[in-house]
Amino acid sequence: MKTNSRRNIIALFAGLMTAGPVLAEGTVNVYNWSDYIGDDVIAKFEADSGVEVVYDVFDSNEVLEGKLLAGRTGYDVVVPSVEFMGRQIQAGIFQPLQKEKLSNYKELDPAMMATIAAVDPGNMYGIPYMWGTTGIGMIEDKVIAALGPDAPLDSWDLVLDPENLAKLKSCGVAFLDAPSELFGAALHYLGKDPNSQDPADYQGEAKDLLKKLAPSVTYFHSSKYIDDLAAGEICVAIGWSGDIAQAMVDAEEAENGIEITYVIPKEGALQFFDILAIPKDAGNVEEAHAFIDFLMQPAIAAENTNYIWYPNPIPASMPMIDAEITGDPSIYPPPEIMAKLYVAKINSPAVDRAMNRAWTDIKTGQ
Amino acid sequence: MKPAGRRWRLPGQHWLLVIPPYLWLLLFFLAPFAIVFKISLAESTIAQPPYTALYEYVNDVLTLRLSFSNYLFLLTDSLYFDAYVSSLRIAAISTLICLVIGYPIAYGIARAQGPMQSLLLMLVVLPSWTSFLIRIYAWMGILRNNGIINTVLMALGVVDEPVRMMNTELAVYIGIVYTYLPFLVLPLYSNLVKLDNRLLEAATDLGAGPVSRFLRITLPLSMGGVIAGCMLVFIPVVGEFVIPELLGGSETLMIGKVLWGEFFNNRDWPVASAVATVMLVVLLIPISLFHRYQFREMEGED
Repeated sequence: MKTNSRRNIIALFAGLMTAGPVLAEGTVNVYNWSDYIGDDVIAKFEADSGVEVVYDVFDSNEVLEGKLLAGRTGYDVVVPSVEFMGRQIQAGIFQPLQKEKLSNYKELDPAMMATIAAVDPGNMYGIPYMWGTTGIGMIEDKVIAALGPDAPLDSWDLVLDPENLAKLKSCGVAFLDAPSELFGAALHYLGKDPNSQDPADYQGEAKDLLKKLAPSVTYFHSSKYIDDLAAGEICVAIGWSGDIAQAMVDAEEAENGIEITYVIPKEGALQFFDILAIPKDAGNVEEAHAFIDFLMQPAIAAENTNYIWYPNPIPASMPMIDAEITGDPSIYPPPEIMAKLYVAKINSPAVDRAMNRAWTDIKTGQ
Repeated sequence: MKPAGRRWRLPGQHWLLVIPPYLWLLLFFLAPFAIVFKISLAESTIAQPPYTALYEYVNDVLTLRLSFSNYLFLLTDSLYFDAYVSSLRIAAISTLICLVIGYPIAYGIARAQGPMQSLLLMLVVLPSWTSFLIRIYAWMGILRNNGIINTVLMALGVVDEPVRMMNTELAVYIGIVYTYLPFLVLPLYSNLVKLDNRLLEAATDLGAGPVSRFLRITLPLSMGGVIAGCMLVFIPVVGEFVIPELLGGSETLMIGKVLWGEFFNNRDWPVASAVATVMLVVLLIPISLFHRYQFREMEGED
């Protein structure tokens, strides 16, 4: 789950430039999250395979899903997040992978494949590309200035306790505009199942809590916080790990004295996976398999992670990843934190509707 | 060229002239609308496409399945009604602001002489040479807490704390008025420029002051332009999505956003289509008003 519309444009142009005419033995049309691949990876694949890559980017699961449901997207490889992929599998969007064509399949972390099998039984349709967490990004000194030295920096208390959040309002607060993730966090914080399938759970305590928090939230948005955190426009955000890493880099480059940190709260947080899959109506199935297989090469997976700061599911890539990244517990969490992460499940339409309706109430303050 | 011109008007050949606009209407309005209306009568399902088929033809039996539940659903939840009302309110207020700002601009341009007039017209059109999206992003830079306005205000010592403008309804109004102002100015200008000066001279001779001349001659004669301009602003603003999404806060409720939510968050294409159909019905009133005045304008010219 990567979002950064500014990088969108850059990635798009990069895609256009690298899609130059090589010894085109075929084409593969890839639709990936914006700013979500290493700089030279596409060029390397083209040189290696002779397949031309047409690379487009999107910045929300909803947009990808809208296209997939309408059909005939023209894409051969798409990258939905795991719970979206689960529903898309039910809708019959994807074709089963031909695993004999994926020579690097053995490189995948079996534990992660088992987790994903909960929504993709037998791992028939998808290969994990990258993963990450939904946690808290903040400018620590501003948060401490607002809350005092005892601020619970490593806990959901920081942003899900209405009293604390009210004090942070003055320096700016951003929440993701992603109801399933925020309800998940609120339900988990209240000791309930973050994937509750009872529509009533989206009306009771969790909704009341989010409603109490809403007046202190400057805005709900899923990408603006990257720039705003880096510029000091806001001081705390519930956001995606790699995006907040992006904000850190931006702030460093701007040399504006702003230091951003990312924490996975000690109570646990959402772990998400973005999954490579091939639509049923893809026209270049061979090339799609070749592209997916290429991304699973440990050296290539390491190159991607070094560039985008999202961890990958290829254990053999670890030695080739910068120590700065592998040593960062907010990117590669220690086992005790890993044990507390939870994964989103597919919601029934009734739950989705109840949740989105409650979300509208929360955001509009009704 | 007179005989040729006359031949066009022979009865029986009239349809040649009438066909293109109707074809246009059919292709770009009725056909898309029919598709949306069709989906609004289906039911949501997890499939591709994510709604049920309207009819089935099995064993020589045609089964037609029309569901009106989507329309009834809109009545069960006050969200939809509130969103329609809020959109109409925001559109009406923005149109009024556009009119108050745009009328003097259009009047000024219509009164200007020669090259000055072309220059002024150019200035109205010029901003639209830049992408609309980029201009809205520029407003984000102007309105934000550490943006241009707040930096200047704080440097001058007018305020100590930045004034919050981004993500408010005020920002939405600024964005809408800024974007749609040319749509009001241009039709109003083309109307005002035709104003017969002799009428004003005659009024002066009869002792009318400037206020009375404006209220009794200029304003009534420009009514067609006012209506045309206002509708060109009002109608698209009701369904506006991008401006409230980028500049507005979460409390800005508009039907465009609700529609987006139905389509993308709930994946309920039938309900989204029902929302769109109802919006069109609501808009039929201003649209027909617009056409009536347009028609009257054209008749008046003959």
